Amino acid sequence: MGSVYRARDLHFPNVVKLVAVKEMINRAPDQMIRQTIIKNFEREANILATLNHRSIPRIYDYFSEDNRSYLVLEFIHGKDLEAIISESDSFASEEQAVNWAIELCDVLEFLHTHKPEPIIFRDMKPSNVMINLENHIILVDFGIAKPFMAGQKGTMIGTEGYSPPEQYRGEANHSADIYALGATMHHLLTRRDPRLEPPFSFIERPIRKINPAVSSELESVINTALQYDPKDRFESIGMMKEALVGAARKTGILNRIRQNTGNIQTSSLKPLWTFQCEDEIKGSPLYYEGGIYVGSRDHNIYGLKAANGEFSWKYATDGGIVTRPAVFDGNIFIGSEDHRLHVINARSGKINWTYFTEGRIRSSPRVSEGHVFFGSDDKSLHAVNVLTGRASWKFVSASPIRSTPYILNETIYFGSEGGDVYAVDFRGDLKWRFKAKLAVTSSPMVQDGVVYFGSVDSSFYALEAKGGWIIWRFRMGKGSIVSPCFSDNLVFTGAADGIIYAIEARTAKEIWHFQADHQISGSPVIYKDSIYCGSADGKLYCLEYRTGRLRWKFETQGAITSAPVIFDDIVYVGSADHFIYALLA
Amino acid sequence: MKSFFKKFGRKKKIQKEIGGSQNIITAPLSEEQIQAVFTRNMHFEPPQLVVGCGQSTGRQRDHNEDSIFTFTVTLGNGTNTQPFGIYLVADGMGGHQYGEVASNVAVRTIASFLLRKFHPILADATATLDESLQEIMQAAVKEAQRAVVKAAPGSGTTLTAALIMGQQMTITHIGDSRAYSIQSDGRVSLLTRDHSLVRRLEELGQITPDEAAIHPQRNVLYRALGQADFLEADIFTAPFPQPGHLLLCSDGLWGVVSDAEIFHKVSKAKNIQTACQDLVEAANAAGGPDNISAILIQLLD
Repeated sequence: MGSVYRARDLHFPNVVKLVAVKEMINRAPDQMIRQTIIKNFEREANILATLNHRSIPRIYDYFSEDNRSYLVLEFIHGKDLEAIISESDSFASEEQAVNWAIELCDVLEFLHTHKPEPIIFRDMKPSNVMINLENHIILVDFGIAKPFMAGQKGTMIGTEGYSPPEQYRGEANHSADIYALGATMHHLLTRRDPRLEPPFSFIERPIRKINPAVSSELESVINTALQYDPKDRFESIGMMKEALVGAARKTGILNRIRQNTGNIQTSSLKPLWTFQCEDEIKGSPLYYEGGIYVGSRDHNIYGLKAANGEFSWKYATDGGIVTRPAVFDGNIFIGSEDHRLHVINARSGKINWTYFTEGRIRSSPRVSEGHVFFGSDDKSLHAVNVLTGRASWKFVSASPIRSTPYILNETIYFGSEGGDVYAVDFRGDLKWRFKAKLAVTSSPMVQDGVVYFGSVDSSFYALEAKGGWIIWRFRMGKGSIVSPCFSDNLVFTGAADGIIYAIEARTAKEIWHFQADHQISGSPVIYKDSIYCGSADGKLYCLEYRTGRLRWKFETQGAITSAPVIFDDIVYVGSADHFIYALLA
Repeated sequence: MKSFFKKFGRKKKIQKEIGGSQNIITAPLSEEQIQAVFTRNMHFEPPQLVVGCGQSTGRQRDHNEDSIFTFTVTLGNGTNTQPFGIYLVADGMGGHQYGEVASNVAVRTIASFLLRKFHPILADATATLDESLQEIMQAAVKEAQRAVVKAAPGSGTTLTAALIMGQQMTITHIGDSRAYSIQSDGRVSLLTRDHSLVRRLEELGQITPDEAAIHPQRNVLYRALGQADFLEADIFTAPFPQPGHLLLCSDGLWGVVSDAEIFHKVSKAKNIQTACQDLVEAANAAGGPDNISAILIQLLD
């Protein structure tokens, strides 16, 4: 073929006007072939001359000399995708890839809807996609693009690796560009060059297996484009673009690509009722038989009517309450920073008995088998008999216990501020102990024989419940004090990096993540097919738990550091702005 | 009054006719049937792993290119006793005896890597692991990949490994050897995904399972240890089938013995070792076209 030169247009002597000059040297011995080559070159010139799009280089001139022909084109400052891929050693981000893909869809759509005749690019591949200095796509090399005339069977052209099967049979239509775009995206996201692999074998290299950071939504869009049968791909490049935008929206990166996120409701959400306490609400509320019970740092625990937030009673302790109450047999159990566990009658708000520990209580109690279990800053896990109010035993650990114990199969699992996680049996005997590098303030959760919890050391752990062996470890951006929740083989947690993570329980792979504006310190809750989680940015987020897509967010005036409680389609959540809110789920 | 009550009497009769499905009389269970249900709920103290294995070159190959490894131990630290096991099956491929070298190197590299990693735990009851099991398995696979490429370049091997700790099994898998969960009630479930071309086509709905079984390229793998610079094994953790068995086997077994027959042999055998021998015999009886390997594991708890 020929070379492409960088040249200076001397028609403008006073400035440096750069152009690209594409040269075609026609050395073909055979007359027929020579004619074909000239025709192709002219064709490129003609097509470019008629096109006006920001992603297509402008053509300034076309001329011939001896057996050479030249195209003078706009000079593109930048690099092509093939060079970008080979010069980097890490995967392109999903955000970047989707950005570029949408621009490519734009220009292909422009070509496909060109009048009088649609143009099929037919040579979509990374080396034909240039990224200019503004990070925008420029499509180059229109040498084989041709106005498409339906029903025509041309000779086979197109680069191996990115071309669809039908192009090899000479039957390419606009659907070929869709496949080639999918192939280009696949290469970009997996760094696996399809020319080095057997043809049409993209299915053997699933994107998420090679690059798990890619969302399943994006993978799904690319897989559709790569369908063997053109009928199974997107009907038009416009539909592929829509699907890409949809995938970006679902994975939450759309907010960073396009600024028009107006759709998401924030202000239209009105609480069903609110109740104001005298200080921050740091602990989760409890729902019990039509009542909502919540503690506040104002030393009180309040009993409210769940239906309308009407005040029923309040009970004053001598210290702040930062934990969730538990209930058993009509009694509310709550720990306070006044070192005591208080047991209050749920209906009357009158105190039944209290139990003293030697440190502040910041761990929420759990009731099981006639005992209430809770930790204290006095480094012990206390087991108190519910009927007598007397301690049955206490387990002394090495550091304060702020984690809420989790009880299953006569074993109590809890973490401590020193990073130890303990499994203790109902007699108070240690079964096993695991050491994380920093505090485990969060409460563990056990599902299918595996204990899940996060640590301030930025890791999320999955341990085998009987022996305490680490099965897997997932690294988050920052430390976490969030207690995980589980649904549908997915574990959900949040961290101080402001991200809510959804991790596949068996394989430790991240399925999706959602970025909030500030730390996540409150635990998420799953209800029906949504996940609800508050953040220090004051907002309560409601996401679809399978995809991480934002449904709505509700803004309060203070950090939300506790888990909401949901009953009968109503979400109850407390905030540092002193209010407890009841919202429609 | 009487007529009022008569209506009731009649109602009963009608109920019997219309709602016949509500009043079915079933045959009482036999003593054996009741026993079978109760024995499954037996509790074993301490929890223990029971293992059997069987191999055969088969009827049509002249040498064996499969390799296996089993390691079973009870780890106790005074407060807690947990079973621990490492089980590996590898099926090698490649000319000039390279298949045998590939599978054997893979198995020995992984086994020695794991034993080295777990050595502190074996030596000292109070020691704990620094790395997670999944991380350790990933590293073991990497080591094996290096070793196979070095010892038998151009060859490859499958690998299906089960690391059993307490009640959880962590399965690491590349290729088309398989791990099955065989539950006492007859359910045989395939736990691993074959990394074969036909399996991929099946998953995409391009061919049916029956077509896959006779497809001319059914032995073509797109992923194997020793092949390609970029290697990723499938790793996941799941609870051990209780009550039931875990079966690790090469395609010399699953390729010719059906799920139903596997269950039949396993449930009818006198003990776990006999079960393995029966499975191997069944594969040979069906023609024995390939090397046969089987490891059968039971967790009694």
